[in-house]
Amino acid sequence: MTITDKPAQEYQVIGTRPIRPDGLEKVTGQAIYGADVRLPGMVHGTTLRSPHAHARIISIDTSKATAMPGVLAVITGADMPVAENATVDMGEEEANLNYASDKLMARSKVVYKGHPVAAVAAWDSNTAQEAAKLIEVEYGVLKPVINVDAALAPNAPIVHEDLVGDDLGEKVRSTNLAKHFRHEFGDVEAGFKASSIVIEREFNLATVHQGYIEPQNATALWQSDGRVTIWTSTQGSFGARRATAGVLNMSESKIKVVPCEIGGGFGGKIGIYLEPIAALLSKKCGRPVQLIMDRQSVFDATGPTPGAKVRIKLGADDSGKLLAGTADLRYEAGAYPGSAVGAGAMCVFAPYRIENTRIDGYDVVVNKPKSSAYRAPGATQSSYAMESVVDEVSEALRMDPLEFRLRNATREGDRRADGPEFQRIGNIEVQQAAKESPHWTSELERDGPDGRKRGRGVATGFWFNGGMRSSVNMSVNNDGTVSLIEGSVDIGGTRASISMQAAEALGLPAQDVRPTVVDTESVGYNDVTGGSRTTNASGHAAYNAAQEVIAKMTGRAALLWDLKPEDVEFAEGVFSAKADPELKMTFKEVAAKLNETGGPLNATGSIQARGGAGSFGTHIVDVEVDPDTGKVDIVRYTAVQDAGKAIHPAYVEGQMQGGAAQGIGWALNEEYFMNDQGIMDNSTFLDYRMPTSLDVPMIETIIVEVPNPNHPFGVRGVGETSIIPPVPAISNAIYDALGVRLRQTPMKPSRVLDALRDKQDSA
Amino acid sequence: MVLDEVAKVRVSTMINGAPMELLLAPYQSLLGTLRDTVGLTGTKEGCNDGNCGACTVNLDGRIVDSCMVLGVEADGKRVETIEGMATPEGLHSLQQAFLEEAALQCGVCTPGFLVSAKALLDKEPRPSEARIRLWLAGNLCRCTGYDKIVRAVQRASEAGPERS
Repeated sequence: MTITDKPAQEYQVIGTRPIRPDGLEKVTGQAIYGADVRLPGMVHGTTLRSPHAHARIISIDTSKATAMPGVLAVITGADMPVAENATVDMGEEEANLNYASDKLMARSKVVYKGHPVAAVAAWDSNTAQEAAKLIEVEYGVLKPVINVDAALAPNAPIVHEDLVGDDLGEKVRSTNLAKHFRHEFGDVEAGFKASSIVIEREFNLATVHQGYIEPQNATALWQSDGRVTIWTSTQGSFGARRATAGVLNMSESKIKVVPCEIGGGFGGKIGIYLEPIAALLSKKCGRPVQLIMDRQSVFDATGPTPGAKVRIKLGADDSGKLLAGTADLRYEAGAYPGSAVGAGAMCVFAPYRIENTRIDGYDVVVNKPKSSAYRAPGATQSSYAMESVVDEVSEALRMDPLEFRLRNATREGDRRADGPEFQRIGNIEVQQAAKESPHWTSELERDGPDGRKRGRGVATGFWFNGGMRSSVNMSVNNDGTVSLIEGSVDIGGTRASISMQAAEALGLPAQDVRPTVVDTESVGYNDVTGGSRTTNASGHAAYNAAQEVIAKMTGRAALLWDLKPEDVEFAEGVFSAKADPELKMTFKEVAAKLNETGGPLNATGSIQARGGAGSFGTHIVDVEVDPDTGKVDIVRYTAVQDAGKAIHPAYVEGQMQGGAAQGIGWALNEEYFMNDQGIMDNSTFLDYRMPTSLDVPMIETIIVEVPNPNHPFGVRGVGETSIIPPVPAISNAIYDALGVRLRQTPMKPSRVLDALRDKQDSA
Repeated sequence: MVLDEVAKVRVSTMINGAPMELLLAPYQSLLGTLRDTVGLTGTKEGCNDGNCGACTVNLDGRIVDSCMVLGVEADGKRVETIEGMATPEGLHSLQQAFLEEAALQCGVCTPGFLVSAKALLDKEPRPSEARIRLWLAGNLCRCTGYDKIVRAVQRASEAGPERS
């Protein structure tokens, strides 16, 4: 279902569902992902990783490994160039190069379990793995800190002795607090005083992983002239080039990154892990070297989203108007500073007009893998808490929760609690669509089979949606088709969504624009595919290139007719003379005359996009809970979201459904089960249980279309928002079913049973 | 253990209809055999411990996680992978349905899902939604939420979509 404020027939291509341009290769096994790269003379590498979460490296002896037959190169932290102490913008993330280098290969200290301490290249991967076992590392084991409370406790073990924390602008030493910031507007104390109802609650979220199916990989060839080529699965080839250059302390122009097909990222493949190691091994052995992570290392050493402790306090008056809110967000950064707590603060109050707000954000270093972006990074943690308290407040006021959201909904011109003013947003339209949806208006059968209880919950999420930089090249072929050269890595269908925008602008059928994703030397700069920015910004770049093509083609038509370009116009794929409507040529006809009218016709398009103006989403979920086992089943699910404009609605629905399923896993099953030594005890897909096809129902979607004022077709971007509402919506539904509120993820059977027992005890 | 020191085993197998004589190390998985010895990289490795299903292939009519099967076990057997699913006449109806239903995003789990789903439809041409979900529960997809995958299998099944 799509709800739009413009008629769909306005567009020829946009809003249709053509088969994606890269589909055939992906259903036949021909698509080349990073691990599928095969180069002449290629050898294989592996890493040796720390078994400890926190330890000093006393010594490393690689002599036995180096002497093993079949081994070609061994490196340790001592082989890593000293990186510049600078911060680079990776798109959705920032990376301090010193820390980025240290994260890839420890020098003096390991700070998370799975931290690489050495790497080996050999003729084959078995030999490399056997050789790695021969490397002798002596550790001085230290006590780890694995959550924010332990890390901020007095006399806590310090992860980085050199870390200088920033506590509201004050420098702090010998601390695990990387940063404490505050956004404050109005007078919260006065707001709470004026409120007739005030509710304050604390929530805890376990660390979870992005769970992409394809492990990280990199293949590197260091050539004798000092140029390096890297084939990798990355969300951003230019970001990977910048970070690799920074870590290797060399010029970016010496490195070419070839982005392969990527098997999922969700934010976890913005940063680099193996690229510089593969490059250094290749330099040392003079051959292309391929490294592929195993699944345990993926869990131990990449990804995760921050575990967090979140406290929310809300005050409202009797009419249901929110008067004050405070948020205390304490996020685990992992082993190096830089959690997504900043984005958590940007999103936490975004759906609500609240005059008096204060948000405190804490970025806390702990002995876990460095956290990285995960779909709407940081927003799910803060919104789980906020949306649960909103549910409590609306219940206390005896208001329908969607009515409560409409009563307090932000709109254009309102100020977000971290400062910026909203442009045109679709918050109200989304709440209205949810309220009128077949799901919300249906009756819920409250009793399930065998004594199971059903409940319904609702929650809202907001993601600001990135803009950033994109470039494309375009060339017109003599048969009237167009080649579109992109630099945005395609994770979930952006070749389709970008080329469709180009086709729409050129008046061509979708299949006449053929998109290809190329390496960093074959197209202008592109930021990462992340932050819901690609269909918006790279689509806008393609639109700009199309305008240049149209202008040049207009000139060619004018030349054929002996007219001035300004006497020729273009509409719906046809060039015509303004003065003589009989004088017409289609795009294809003009293309066939390119060689007679000046030769090849190429264009470029680039943009520094202003952003997606934000996307709101509201999800409705029906759960069925077994009070004997505590197991929660999802029986019905509806996702409503503002896409601005859905270019290819099937892939918009896919983003909404995929995010919902990830959120369901986050809510009910997924967690890093850490022991007190900081070791993850469940680092397999068997024990880290992501939803299977049996765990989710069909996911109904309602696409709302309130155009983004910054984009020619109104695109906002859709990838992020859908992961935010599921966790609180499910918690609210469990409350509706059982009358207990779960304030800790995952809401697994044992926690549901504990909550039921507590309720009985207190009754 | 260096490859050269291990006596290799001669294996006769049929891969996607092509007879092959292979020399394999006895510890080599069928997944490694397909990807590194034969060069068929359409079969993917996601976990290497039998939990994600990305490496699903058909071995003598049964679907297996090829990371959990040794290459030498393919001796005298027929192996069918994603590369053998389409014919010169065109795509298998499942491949076509996956394209038309937008049942893939990143696509890395897709080969495993297609090989699994084909084994289901070969056995049961008109499975219910519940049956499809149960059959495919050994294949993890992190992108789609499974909705469009299930619909694609329904579309490809002979009688068209049939909801349980």
